[in-house]
Amino acid sequence: MSAFAPGAAVRVRDDWPETRGPCHIRTPHYVRGMEGRVVRRLGVFANPEDLAFARPAAQRALYHVAFDQPSVWREGRAGDEIFVEVFEHWLEPA
Amino acid sequence: MSTLLETDGESLLAALRSLLADKNLVSETEIAEARAATDAASPGQGARMVAKAWTDPAYRALMLADGRKAAEALGIPMLGAPPLGVLENTPDIHNLIVCTLCSCYPRAVLGYPPFWYKSPAHRARAVRDPRGLLAEWGTVLGDGVRVRVVDSTADYRWMVLPLRPAGTDGWDATRLAAIVREGDMIGVTVPMVG
Amino acid sequence: MDKDVPRAHHDMGGVSRFMCDPVDPEPHTLTAFDRDVDALRQVLARKRMMTVDELRRGIESIPEDDYLRLSYYRRWIRSITDNLLRRGVITEAELAAALKDAR
Repeated sequence: MSAFAPGAAVRVRDDWPETRGPCHIRTPHYVRGMEGRVVRRLGVFANPEDLAFARPAAQRALYHVAFDQPSVWREGRAGDEIFVEVFEHWLEPA
Repeated sequence: MSTLLETDGESLLAALRSLLADKNLVSETEIAEARAATDAASPGQGARMVAKAWTDPAYRALMLADGRKAAEALGIPMLGAPPLGVLENTPDIHNLIVCTLCSCYPRAVLGYPPFWYKSPAHRARAVRDPRGLLAEWGTVLGDGVRVRVVDSTADYRWMVLPLRPAGTDGWDATRLAAIVREGDMIGVTVPMVG
Repeated sequence: MDKDVPRAHHDMGGVSRFMCDPVDPEPHTLTAFDRDVDALRQVLARKRMMTVDELRRGIESIPEDDYLRLSYYRRWIRSITDNLLRRGVITEAELAAALKDAR
């Protein structure tokens, strides 16, 4: 996985581990499959998806990603945005 | 197992405390100390940071660049605390903090999260109808102000550096801190004068 | 309209059933129980006996009806108990006995 630069256009993977068994996911449902823009790289942290099950957890890059709020909900005010912390393995170039 | 987990909370807590103490894993003293440490944190700590940022440009820059360091610079204990992100309100942008997935909150600085922050109302409405939510708090934003909702989904904890209100020229840091409330640092309200 | 996706019940952003819930700005003072559960979690984390991630997973595994009915710290103590059992810090037999003794 290569790094995303600030300003990079990204898409959140439209994946639903919830349908495959017990899991712990910190990517909110409302941004999956949505496009956003990287604000900045927040750092590297152990993957919570594994920590939650007391499994060895790999270090993963964490990004602050901006989403256009009205696009997420098909309602809202133009220009409003939502910032979400998203781990690198949930992001792909848009 | 599931039947045991359904036991009432008070009984579970008492049982765990007794078992953990008997096994020398967690003592009552340790629990009391942790409780005292969280009791000592409060919105007042955040208010001091905000007031200093309003009166000291170098501190403001530090607070925005490294919230944890800024807190420590004012003697707020941050050992073992998660990274603290501070987002400033500007004439163009109003920030609103939420944790839609649970209740992540900048506890090390502000103390226990308020009841409303942990409620389904805040967790559901903040990302989808932020302006309606703000209106219910009595918060009116100026024309052209954009809202930025910040969903605390991972390792950072977030707080807002509110805009310094008009009518506070010449105020010292103590007087300024007194008008900064818990809700102002989460973004449901803005500081008011008088 | 809710997004037609298989979201977990704790994943509450924008969920319709809560969109009309009014804000309750009252302070709701914490009880001794609340503060002690909070403190216990902190100590367990500091001693690496349970991470915040495990706490969250345990809370998320609470069935939806109970999740919504239980108070915040009652969800915590249920999750803490679940995690200590999973990690083998305590056994079900020990827990059952301790619960019986307390009566």
